[in-house]
Parts: sequence; C-alpha cells; structure tokens
Amino acid sequence: MSCGATSRRHDEIDEVSRLVAGKLAAFLRTLRDSGFAVGLAEGQDAAALMAQGYAERPALLRIAFKHLFSARKADWEKFDGLFDAFWLGKRVRSRIATSGASKAANSPSLKSLQDAKSERRGEPSAADQIPSPGDDAPEEARGEGRMEGASVASNLAEIDFRKLADPDQIGQAHAAAAQLAKVMRTRLTRRDLARRRGYRLDLRRTIHRNISHGGVPITLVKRQRKDKPLRLVVLLDASGSMSMYTGVFLRFIHGVLDEFREAEAFLFHTRLAYVSDAMKEKDAARALDRLSIMAQGAGGGTRIGESLQTFNRWHAARVIHSRTCVMIVSDGYETGDAALLGREMAALSRRCRRIVWLNPMMAWDGYAPEAKGIRAALPHVDLYAPANTLKSLAALEPYLAKL
Amino acid sequence: MKNRDQIAQSLAACGYIADAELATAVTLMQLLRRPLLLEGEAGVGKTEVAKALAHVHATELIRLQCYEGLDQSSALYEWNYQRQLLAIEAHRGHADAIEDQIFSEKYLLERPLLAAIRRDQPPVLLIDEIDRADDEFEAFLLELLSDFQVSIPELGTIKATSIPHVVLTSNGTRELSDALRRRCLYHYVDYPDVDREARIIMARVTGANSSLSLQIARLVEGIRKEELRKVPGVAETLDWATALVGLDVRDLHDAPETVHETLMCLLKTHEDRARLTPEITARLLGKVA
Repeated sequence: MSCGATSRRHDEIDEVSRLVAGKLAAFLRTLRDSGFAVGLAEGQDAAALMAQGYAERPALLRIAFKHLFSARKADWEKFDGLFDAFWLGKRVRSRIATSGASKAANSPSLKSLQDAKSERRGEPSAADQIPSPGDDAPEEARGEGRMEGASVASNLAEIDFRKLADPDQIGQAHAAAAQLAKVMRTRLTRRDLARRRGYRLDLRRTIHRNISHGGVPITLVKRQRKDKPLRLVVLLDASGSMSMYTGVFLRFIHGVLDEFREAEAFLFHTRLAYVSDAMKEKDAARALDRLSIMAQGAGGGTRIGESLQTFNRWHAARVIHSRTCVMIVSDGYETGDAALLGREMAALSRRCRRIVWLNPMMAWDGYAPEAKGIRAALPHVDLYAPANTLKSLAALEPYLAKL
Repeated sequence: MKNRDQIAQSLAACGYIADAELATAVTLMQLLRRPLLLEGEAGVGKTEVAKALAHVHATELIRLQCYEGLDQSSALYEWNYQRQLLAIEAHRGHADAIEDQIFSEKYLLERPLLAAIRRDQPPVLLIDEIDRADDEFEAFLLELLSDFQVSIPELGTIKATSIPHVVLTSNGTRELSDALRRRCLYHYVDYPDVDREARIIMARVTGANSSLSLQIARLVEGIRKEELRKVPGVAETLDWATALVGLDVRDLHDAPETVHETLMCLLKTHEDRARLTPEITARLLGKVA
C-alpha cells in the first residue's frame, strides 16, 4: 500500500502534512480503481513532490501528478477530471469515450454502448428501429433453415450453433471453441519454426563465431528474417440478427485473445467498441456474461459501414501490421449506407494482408448473398466462409496458416 | 518552481515553444530522475523536445533510433571483431597475452546506450520510436534504465559515470508494456493551439511576420478539423510556412491560388488532396480573419 510508502516521511513532516499524506494514499487508491498503473515508487515520488512545495499550488500539482501517474493517452485525458473531483471537490464531467465520438477510443466502452443505446431510445424518430428487409430474412430462414450436410448424428462439431439448446451442449461448444483457438495457435507457431531458415550470410557474426578457429570461417552464421507472429483482429457483429451466434463467437474470441500472442477484438452493431481489454479478464465467465448482456441488448440495426469507418480511422494504424488477418463475423445485413461499407472495405483491404468474412447464415438452405451490404463488401473479401459449426470454424486453420 | 519558467524560457530561446505542462515535465525529469515518455501523432515535435533539451542543458544529444530487430549489439556494445582478428594474426603463438589484450576497452565498440552512461557530463539520451523495437528489447531497456549499469561478460560491470536525461518517444504502433510506462513520466504531445503554433512558426521560419504566422496557424487549424486521412503535423506547417515565405506571400488573402497550390506541403495522400477542393480552401480561407 502507498500508506507504507509515505509513512517513512512522517517523522519529518507536521500534522497537516500527515493529513495530506493520508489523502494522497486515498487519491492513489482512487487512481488505481480508475485503471491507472500506479505503484509504490510513484507514491513516494508524489509525496516528495508535495513536500517540495507543490502542495501549495493546486494547478501546478495537478500538472505534475498528471505526468507522474498517467501512463497512456486514456489516462492523460481523464486525469484532470479525477484530480478535480478528488482534491477540489468538483463533479467529474462525464466524458464517456465512445469510439466514434472521441479520440479516446482505447478504453473498453462497455458502459458507453449501453449509454448509446439509451440515448437512441430517447430519440422519437428512430429509423433503425424499423425492421429493414435485411432483418426479416433471418427470421424466415430461422423457421425452415437447415444446415447443409448436417448429419443427424449428434456430433457436436457439426451442429449449428443456433440449434444448441441444452445448457450442457452449449457449455461443451464454448469449451470446444476456446480449445480450438488454442490448437490453432500451437499449430501455426510450429509451422513458423519449421519454415525458418537463414537466407543470407551474416559476415560480421561469422567472423565473431570463428575467432576461436583463428579467423578461418568454419562455422557460418546466417541471417534470418524474424517472423512476425500472425496477428488476428476479430470484428464481431453483435446485432440482434446475429444473437444466436454471438455467445459462441465471444467464447472463441476469448480463447483467441488468451492463446494468440497478438490478437485484438472489437464488437460492433450500431457503433464500434474495443473489447480486447475487457475480454482479457481472467475470469472468462464474468467477462463473457457482461459482454453477452451488452451484445443482446444491442439490437436495432447494424451499421457495418460506420463501424468499419471508425475502425479504419482510429484503430487500424495501431492494430494492423503486415501479418494481420482481419476476421469479420457478420451476417452482412447492413441497415446503414451500403456504399459506405464498400468504400471502407476497400480501405481496409489496402491495409491488411487478408480479410476473412465469416457468415453463419451462409450455410442455410436457400441463402444467397443478396443483402446489399454483403454484396458491396464481397469484392474486397479474401475468404468468405460459413462458420456456424465448430467444424467449419476449425476448417479455417489451414487458411490462416498460409498467411 | 521558478525553475519551471526558466526552463520554458530557455526552451523558447533555442526555438522550442513549450506549453506550461511540458515545462513542468522537464522540471520533474530532473527532480525525480525519471525518463520522460512522449506520445503523440507523427509530426507534433516529439523528437524536437529532446533536441531542445540538449540545448538547454548545453550537453550532447545521443540518439538511438529503434527499429524492428534492434538488438544489444547495435544498441549497447559490440566487440571490434576485425581488430581482434588482426591482433590474433599479428601475435600468433602468444595465446595468453593476446587473450587479455583483445578483450580490453581498446577493442570495445560503444553503441548509443553504453555511450550515454559513460560521459563525464550527463547527455540527453533520445530513444526514438521505442514502439518499433521488440518486446524483448523493451524489457532489456527497462533494466538498463533502472540500474544504469551494464555487465559485459569478458570485461566486467560498467557503472554509469553520469545518469543521462532520458527521453523516449512513441507513435503508438505497438502498445508499450505497463512496466515501462510506469517507470516513465508521461506527456501526451498534442497539436498546438493557434497561438502557440503561430509562435512556433515565427521562431522557426525566418521572414514570417506575426500576422502571416497567425493566418497560417488559423488555416492549418481549420484544415485539421476537416476529415482527413493524415492530419498535418507541426513539421508540415513549418514546411508550408517556409514555402509561402519563399514564394513571397505576405497575406494569404492576396494569393488564394498560391495557397491552394502549395497545400501539397500539408496534405500527403491523394485522397486528402482531392478532398480539399479550391472551394473548400476558399471557405477555410474565408474563416481566417
């Protein structure tokens, strides 16, 4: 605790300072609760600063503390509010960072999504509440849709996710999805190792290695390219029409984030939310519960184009590198502007190595990609595949391995 | 705290117009002996901070540019193998004597990190674009920044003779580790406001008077608010101001065409260039008093 850090100085400072030190400890606790990475050393430095006379000048103290305690842009932006609320008793202005509205899109915006939803409820003319033709289609299909090639045998791997009703089965499917992510990761890594071979002679290191032979180059050292680990970025459609599938995919994403060295996850429906941090919570059940609730409550249209625009504008530079595969899981029923979706898909495809579009509805009888959203997006997609069973999810692995 | 104003002034004297927050950060660097981590968009002047800092302290600037695959031998130290080999060839047959000799200071090549801790006067060590280096290098750097000593197996431990002023910059292409972030003071460098940008232009571009500088700063602010793929940074503003001064523009309203044509200094993608049509430029120019 930071109390311990500051207690060392108690001998030197008077009663007033002791009160301040106590308050400082409380402030550090507030910061930690707000997600700041503040340790013992910072507490000591803060106490030292206050003893140096910064305590008498609140404005200066705020700037000094801001530099000391912030560790990233999100911290930097919310610090002033927290400081004022704690030390000056001002109300914190609610600066909720929805990814579309502000630059501070790094914070997981679970809350913001719910807020966004209630905001929309308030609007009298909510155009996206009216079911679009796109929303109707899955309803019909749900009634009579049948998985192509699904056998009657209760092989879990081949049962469509939406037909899993028994809680046990659902649990098994979730565990299998997490396991799948793990297996994918191991295999992909092993392939990488086997492929590695030096292709260029490193003269400098060769000389170094052969000093013991008096400089005669017997052992050759080759230079090898360091393979970047494959990075998987998953964008999951959490709209109402996808609600039967989001549970399983959330579990899959949790597995991916856990097992892949580099992976990022986003949820979108009418706007985009960065969820990697929230999903990295060790307690899988709790993280998933929160996300599932959020995903369910988020019905009312899908704005894939706008969500992608947000992604391209604010997140792409950070999360996409040359060995990145973007995986979009969506039924492609766009309630916004389909032309925008096309443009943003084009921009995205210029940036990343591969785009995989998984459409769980694709395996249904009589499904054709007729929704205008999916038609606009398809030209830019490298792999368009169904992913409604564990088997079809597993079938993706060889494709990812080729990246 | 008087110190802080002095620092702001001396930064200004060498051409870096700092805001109050940055001046505080520099004061804290000295007070707490922590490295300063600067984050921000490309072109907002992160690297310039380190250069200005070296000026203020009247000391040397040692720069380590990070890139993927940067390793210890190009960041810290390396033996001069060629020279060692020559020595071996020259003294063939006296193995014992040579062994002591070739692993001495004489055969050691200093790289930036080792150089930075072996100066008599503490230099400014700029570790540029740390986010481009690998995780492993970041962990190694963290250790160096806390101990300020380097152990070389053949030679022993080298302790720092002076603790450098360390400035790290990051563009956010990779998320840095929490440990490194916690170790550093953090400052987010944002685009400057109009007044400060005008002062920067005046300080850096010879021949730019105050009214022109203010006009340029206002127009750039307007352009930054447009939906652009790549928002122009301070470096671009300075380029543009230099171009305008070079083309003998005294007042932006007198030469709207030149203004539009020279926007290539600010807009670096085809899409952005196409988006800012002459009409939009004229509209933005109209807002500039």
